[in-house]
Amino acid sequence: MPKVPRRRIPHKKAIATFVLPFGVLFTLFYLAPIGYAVYQSMLVIERDGTFGQAKEVFGGLTQYVAVFNNGPFWTSIGRVLTFGIVQVPVMLGVALLLALLLDSPLVKGKKFFRLAFFVPYAVPGVIAAIMWGFLYSPNLSPFTALTSNINFLSADLVLWAMANVVTWVYVGYNMLIIYSALLAIPTDIYEAATLDGAGQMRITWSIKIPLIIPALTLTAIFSVIGTLQLLAEPQVFRTFSSAVTSTYTPNLAVYSTSAVPNFSLAAAMSVVLALATFALSFTILKFTQRKADQ
Amino acid sequence: MFSRTGAMLVMGISAVYFLIPIWWLLVASTKDQSQFTNTNPLWFADFSLFQNIADLVAYRDGVFLRWMMNSVLYAGGGALIATLLAAGCGYALAKYRFPGRDLLFNIVLGGVLVPATALALPLFLIFSQISATNTFWSVFLPSLVSPFGVYLTRIYAAASVPDELLEAARLDGSGEVRTFFTVSVRLMFPALVTVFLFQFVAIWNNFFLPLIMLRDETLFPVTLGLYAWNSQVNQIPELRGYVLIGALLSIIPLIITFLFLQRFWRNGLGAGSVK
Repeated sequence: MPKVPRRRIPHKKAIATFVLPFGVLFTLFYLAPIGYAVYQSMLVIERDGTFGQAKEVFGGLTQYVAVFNNGPFWTSIGRVLTFGIVQVPVMLGVALLLALLLDSPLVKGKKFFRLAFFVPYAVPGVIAAIMWGFLYSPNLSPFTALTSNINFLSADLVLWAMANVVTWVYVGYNMLIIYSALLAIPTDIYEAATLDGAGQMRITWSIKIPLIIPALTLTAIFSVIGTLQLLAEPQVFRTFSSAVTSTYTPNLAVYSTSAVPNFSLAAAMSVVLALATFALSFTILKFTQRKADQ
Repeated sequence: MFSRTGAMLVMGISAVYFLIPIWWLLVASTKDQSQFTNTNPLWFADFSLFQNIADLVAYRDGVFLRWMMNSVLYAGGGALIATLLAAGCGYALAKYRFPGRDLLFNIVLGGVLVPATALALPLFLIFSQISATNTFWSVFLPSLVSPFGVYLTRIYAAASVPDELLEAARLDGSGEVRTFFTVSVRLMFPALVTVFLFQFVAIWNNFFLPLIMLRDETLFPVTLGLYAWNSQVNQIPELRGYVLIGALLSIIPLIITFLFLQRFWRNGLGAGSVK
């Protein structure tokens, strides 16, 4: 066999120094856990007789069958999808509106508003949920007139009460990403459009929004991932409302299944959830790319 | 689309919506327990903020301060190392040609889409295999990996570190690693601040991983600690006040960090978008 001449890679040692530290940790704490979850999800516990010793044996897709037959898990997926279909567009719509206003010449005091909208992002999800839990409580809330008439923590409303918490935390963050994209648009495009007789409205629809589609896609994907992974808010709201069950969101279901403990089933749920997240964000990416190409 | 008044009205109402919960938290933290329920929730009564803070800090041998320090260590130390590691990798991907480069980048890019909570349970299982759960390292080590950081620093390095400059440094006899630290890191600084902040916030807010890894209260980050207190409010009512004051104190470090670094990260945020 003729030897393929190998090209010498310049700076081999330096490249290794730069890549290896991240590469090793990425392998240990990203790839290995994913691999381990897949492996763990293939195991089942088997006993010799009723009281025999338990041992883990390979069970193929047994756990995945169990996941697909697990009613509460699918109810929780349905719940976060309902949540996401409403919350993500509302949040991104508000973020887009505020970013466009911030970018328009109409608004004074931009620095103050930018900061005011962004401050909630500095509040961790758990803390935000605790705070809003107090604000919703009939007897502690500063808005007792409202909360004594509407029970935000009831089974009907608690999901939307949480949607409000998530929206409150993340609007400012998404607004900043969109706003940065708006600032990056060269202003001579606007001048040309104005000369052609385009008004502010027309410029917004035909220039600004199409140009910030990549930023909107990014925020949409991160929001979808966040929605499917809801955990801290429902976990906290369990202390305020009995309507939030231990399987209220997929991640809560994973958590309570692993606490049983049934690690294999929990691992299979994690894998299904990660795949669903991946598929959804990938779909958004492809969908918006096609739109942008048209 | 909007008149000036309409625009300002939307901005004003939004600002009230975003700020009022924090205002309420601030006001509530300045009241003593008895005034909490029977005074105007949105305005100050007797100003006992410092007394409340002193009580909180003294409670259970100062476990709250311990939590704050843990959070600073997990998030500050973790984000600093994560930024450095991600920057090295992103820089190498942008500035050197080597076999497997595209594959590596694609795998890392896939990693951006893997949610941290999906990793928490398998990480727990792996750490329990080696009996390392309920340790500082079980929460600290996984937070050193930032695929998003690699993605961002790669884009930024490609755009802001000119090859000519690296060639010039080579001609001057500077080693590759030294050039990285003396020349490239400076040019990449806005991206590094952005990566640091994103990672800092991600670790500071991380809830699932510490929740399943840690049993020992002295290892808790502040979010987990306050969550634990909040779950016990029904048995120990005095905790309610501590949770609120603790919540206020716990968000101050993040706000300060953001204000302090905002000049840099706002530039970095635009790095990925069209120029």
